[in-house]
Amino acid sequence: MTLLQVDDLVAYHGLLQAVRGVSFSVEEGTILALVGANGAGKSTMLRTIAGAHHAAGGRVSFAGADVTHVPAHRRVRHGIALVPEGRKLFADLTVEENLLVAGRRARPGPWRLDTVLESFPMLQPLLNRRAASLSGGQQQATAIARAVMANPRLLIVDEVSLGLSPLAVDTVYECLAVLRAAGTTLILVEQDLQRALSVADHVLCVLEGRVALSSATAAVTREQVTAAYFGLHTPQIAAPQADLTRSEQP
Amino acid sequence: MTWINAVVQGLLLGGLYALFACGLSLLFGVMRIINLAHGDLAVLGAFLVWTISTSAHVSPFWALLLALPVMLAVGYLLQRTVLSRSLRGGPLTPLLTTFGLGIVIQNALLQVYSPDVRSLGGAAGVLSTGSWRLSAQLSISYIGVLTLATAVVVLGGLQLTLQRTSFGREMRATAQDPDTAALVGVPASAVYARATAIAVGIATIAGTFLAIHSTFDAASGPLQLLFAFEAVVIGGLGSLWGTLTGGIVLGIAQTIGATFDPQYSILAGHLVFLAILASPRGRSILTRSSR
Repeated sequence: MTLLQVDDLVAYHGLLQAVRGVSFSVEEGTILALVGANGAGKSTMLRTIAGAHHAAGGRVSFAGADVTHVPAHRRVRHGIALVPEGRKLFADLTVEENLLVAGRRARPGPWRLDTVLESFPMLQPLLNRRAASLSGGQQQATAIARAVMANPRLLIVDEVSLGLSPLAVDTVYECLAVLRAAGTTLILVEQDLQRALSVADHVLCVLEGRVALSSATAAVTREQVTAAYFGLHTPQIAAPQADLTRSEQP
Repeated sequence: MTWINAVVQGLLLGGLYALFACGLSLLFGVMRIINLAHGDLAVLGAFLVWTISTSAHVSPFWALLLALPVMLAVGYLLQRTVLSRSLRGGPLTPLLTTFGLGIVIQNALLQVYSPDVRSLGGAAGVLSTGSWRLSAQLSISYIGVLTLATAVVVLGGLQLTLQRTSFGREMRATAQDPDTAALVGVPASAVYARATAIAVGIATIAGTFLAIHSTFDAASGPLQLLFAFEAVVIGGLGSLWGTLTGGIVLGIAQTIGATFDPQYSILAGHLVFLAILASPRGRSILTRSSR
């Protein structure tokens, strides 16, 4: 079942058109790796899908419903959760308070404070710590756990491993593995191509606000993604409507 | 003994200033706006309490209980209709909007109630005039103690609400980052509306105590806003217990000034405010508020 359908999405970052007619879809229960250079428009695209950014054109459908003009807090009730770039924890609140804030208006589902802590045991000893005092890895784990508290059907994680130590990255991916096992659909922005291709079912490469490559990860090589990443070989720029479920090797 | 009396009376007066400052501090802490209509909203609440009290012949405290839901609704609607729009216009727009709102309220009150001075002191009975006489030069008024106790209860209740309830957590989260709060399902506009309702409700309590303490008229709001603003700055912007401290410091400064000469009362409060504003602490407050 198609969970997220994005059609001809256009979004601006200030005066700059950061997203230029992007189309793709994500099937429920899969992982999509979104890759692209800095400034390619990834974060703007994801924030627009989550409702934190205004869509200047196009359409975002979630589970069959048009959510293009639904505000961010209502999209959370639909089942879309975003872990923003830089984590954006509520610095003066404790870890427990960060989780509880997200849980108050959560959609019904299995994730509550106790179940989240079972799945993210590293947070248990940190519950009473202020978010500002956490390390980068702890902050990312808390940010993901906070998003999970909303019982999302689609979890979007912007810059999964940016600024984290290798050990912290492993911890974060352990958290994501738990979510995958629970059937949560994931969109991950990841600069580590090797890692992105190893965990994702599909890869979408964005270049200057357009889809440069879209493919099942099993059908694409790292070199092809790298070429699309740098704009060396962008066969799908002319046909950016690729449906990930039907996409072919570029 | 004169000095002790001045300090004690200042302490009690500080309770009233803290009540006025509480709503102002809350709105600044949550929405980062300085509500220049705060004093006028308090006076509007006082007129509503006065109207209920005189027309129904009930105690001002019963009238306050009836007026509070109305003023909470006024605050909620004020945010939903006026402040929410002005917030989108940048940091200066809410200042101009609330400045204009204050003028509108003053003139509306002038039109409806005339410039006559009013008081709820008589309707409050012995509570407004009675006191415990501790010595020839030291007495403690019932209303002063009640005002200070109310300020402590209101500020303590608000602090507990912010720290211990889910609504309080949402308010603190929204105050820190409204965009991220929306991403975890918290609608900033609803949180702001409730915060404004609470602020206007507390302003109504403050206005009622002012009306029992002394007299008020349609033009009383700006002076109360000034005292509230001074108390907030002295105590630290956005800090609730700091607001109580700021109110008390301002009250004591005024009563000590009055022991030299009654005309120095308000001036002494202003001087303490300016001294704190010029201090390193004041500079850090200004830097923080300008971010």
